[in-house]
Amino acid sequence: MSRIADRFAALRVRNRTALVPFVTAGDPCPAATVPVMRAMVEAGADILELGVPFSDPMADGPVIQRASERALAAGMDFGKVLDIVREFRADDAETPIVLMGYLNPLEAAGYAGAAERAAAAGVDGFITVDLPPEEADDLAREVRAHGMDPVFLVSPTSSDERIARICGEASGFVYYVSLKGVTGAATLDVDEVAERMARIRRVTDLPVGVGFGIRDGASAARVARISDAVVVGTAVVARVEESAHAPEALPGVLAAFIGELRRALDAATS
Amino acid sequence: MPDLANVKAEDRLIGRYPDERGHFGPYGGTFIAETLVRPVEELRDAYERCSKDPEFLAELDAELRHYVGRPSPLYLARRWSREIGGARIYLKREDLNHTGAHKVNNTVGQALLAKRMGKTRIIAETGAGQHGVATATVAARLGLECVVYMGAEDIARQAPNVFRMKLLGAEVVSVESGSKTLKDALNEAMRDWVSNIDDTYYIIGTVAGPHPYPMLVRDFNSVIGREARAQVLEQEGRLPDACVACVGGGSNAMGLFHAFLDDADVALYGVEAGGSGVETGKHAAPLAAGRPGVLHGNRTYLMQDSDGQITPAHSISAGLDYPGVGPEHSWLKDSGRATYVAVNDDEALAAFHVCTRTEGIIPALESSHALSYAVKLAADMRPDDIVVVGLSGRGDKDIQTVAAIEGIDL
Ligand SMILES: Cc1ncc(COP(=O)(O)O)c(C=O)c1O
Repeated sequence: MSRIADRFAALRVRNRTALVPFVTAGDPCPAATVPVMRAMVEAGADILELGVPFSDPMADGPVIQRASERALAAGMDFGKVLDIVREFRADDAETPIVLMGYLNPLEAAGYAGAAERAAAAGVDGFITVDLPPEEADDLAREVRAHGMDPVFLVSPTSSDERIARICGEASGFVYYVSLKGVTGAATLDVDEVAERMARIRRVTDLPVGVGFGIRDGASAARVARISDAVVVGTAVVARVEESAHAPEALPGVLAAFIGELRRALDAATS
Repeated sequence: MPDLANVKAEDRLIGRYPDERGHFGPYGGTFIAETLVRPVEELRDAYERCSKDPEFLAELDAELRHYVGRPSPLYLARRWSREIGGARIYLKREDLNHTGAHKVNNTVGQALLAKRMGKTRIIAETGAGQHGVATATVAARLGLECVVYMGAEDIARQAPNVFRMKLLGAEVVSVESGSKTLKDALNEAMRDWVSNIDDTYYIIGTVAGPHPYPMLVRDFNSVIGREARAQVLEQEGRLPDACVACVGGGSNAMGLFHAFLDDADVALYGVEAGGSGVETGKHAAPLAAGRPGVLHGNRTYLMQDSDGQITPAHSISAGLDYPGVGPEHSWLKDSGRATYVAVNDDEALAAFHVCTRTEGIIPALESSHALSYAVKLAADMRPDDIVVVGLSGRGDKDIQTVAAIEGIDL
């Protein structure tokens, strides 16, 4: 079993909803990220999503765009993202790490080489924003061949037929994008999310995470009961941005925020 | 005489590409966020219906005739050709279209499609502002709300077109992210689209983006080549030896080339912007100096670094300042059916002046790249050879740029 499957199995036993924070690797500088990852895990994060910066983040709102720009300006590239993963893995063998990003850096690295290097560094899955299942065969094959999970997105516009197809291709978990828009956009409609989650669960036994539009303890709590994982991106990255001038303060700032989300999730599911 | 009738059906290129999933060989495709899959499928279905609907086609035809002013002339540049002393150069006069460029062929078509789909809001990206103006124009005429995304850098260097768009009732949004040019405007338009898919139609301005855009923008512009082919047959009694067009995203070039794809004896030349010189790295020539990758919904040649980050393009002409290119051009390059070359800023500027002085036609700086290469090509050909050049737009929008480069205060 993959680290992701292990982690969800363990959480299920404890009736705990996974907390999945997202940070852009190398934001605001390469040295900042590993301490941030460790602090988030200690504060209650169950899985980490690590953004691979890209020059043209089409599906992201301004907050995550600026994170990508900061990271690239600080010299991040795919190889350095893997260095961060490797360093984190040196003393955390269990917390799953999912790389989230766009396809072109993987095209440039070559799918086979990228997957091999990522697996060796300790990556567990890939979310590739601009890669719908129609175009994903080649990358998904390499990712699986190296024991990692290709994670796919389901959106409010996906038909039932597509949901079934996407879930058929996915492994690890399914990521439900809870609104029509870019990351960091409007707040989510919990009733609509619940209705969509029911449709997704009809066709898959995979854990289902919800992301986009969860910004604080209250919104996290509202989706905690209907999902297996709550992904928080923009709200985390906004806190990195606020403290970007003082990277040494970041672990403390993020631990406080993740702790707040953790308590809200646990209160909602207990 | 090479003619369609002589090409075996199974060897024909016209009608073969893209395949049903939008692929031109290894290029093209649909690399988009899941939320956009449904709107893109709806667009594909609507286009498929409309492109077979005689009523739609008749309406499009009437618009092109009475609003755009088609057919555009195929004009023999007699004096210039004589001075060069080589092949006869014909100019396909897209500069004479309403709004002054080929861009309107596409916006008229897509706006009709938007209307059929019941969309009430139009968005677009623009570089030079020509596509933005052409979009604002058709939106004004159809009474649709219109928002145009434009890089902050381009807004600064194309002020007259920004004002034209505003006069036409469009909102022009300055894009401050990334390199603040066309590619970033495209990103921003995509973000708007994904956030407003229910009422919004995105009119992409070139043969890029996810399938079906590269196909439908090509189809709407292919009137250029269909007319040119018939005109040259009528005026010269034979097909040309070469067609030349500038390539930014590649819509005017695909528009000119498409009707000639199966005329194997007609050489096709796409001219990219060489900027300060391809060897300097400051250019906009992904076919000449890039590598295949994925951007803006399709796989194609891109300007990128070793990590797959897109590198900024540089060109004297804002309309060619794009680090990618339509996927069909990537395919035509690899298959050898078309040849791609680069022309530098100073060469384009020289052709701009010669065309203006010799023929009394002020060409767009974009089109001047094609003119420059056509002159080089024609010089080595015989006087009874024929070269057709896509004169994609008029240069009025560029006079401030040219004046500034030459130190003239207007
Ligand atoms: C006059 C003119 N020609 C050419 C172009 C380049 O676009 P494309 O390569 O899609 O024809 C532009 C773009 O703005 C333009 O305004």
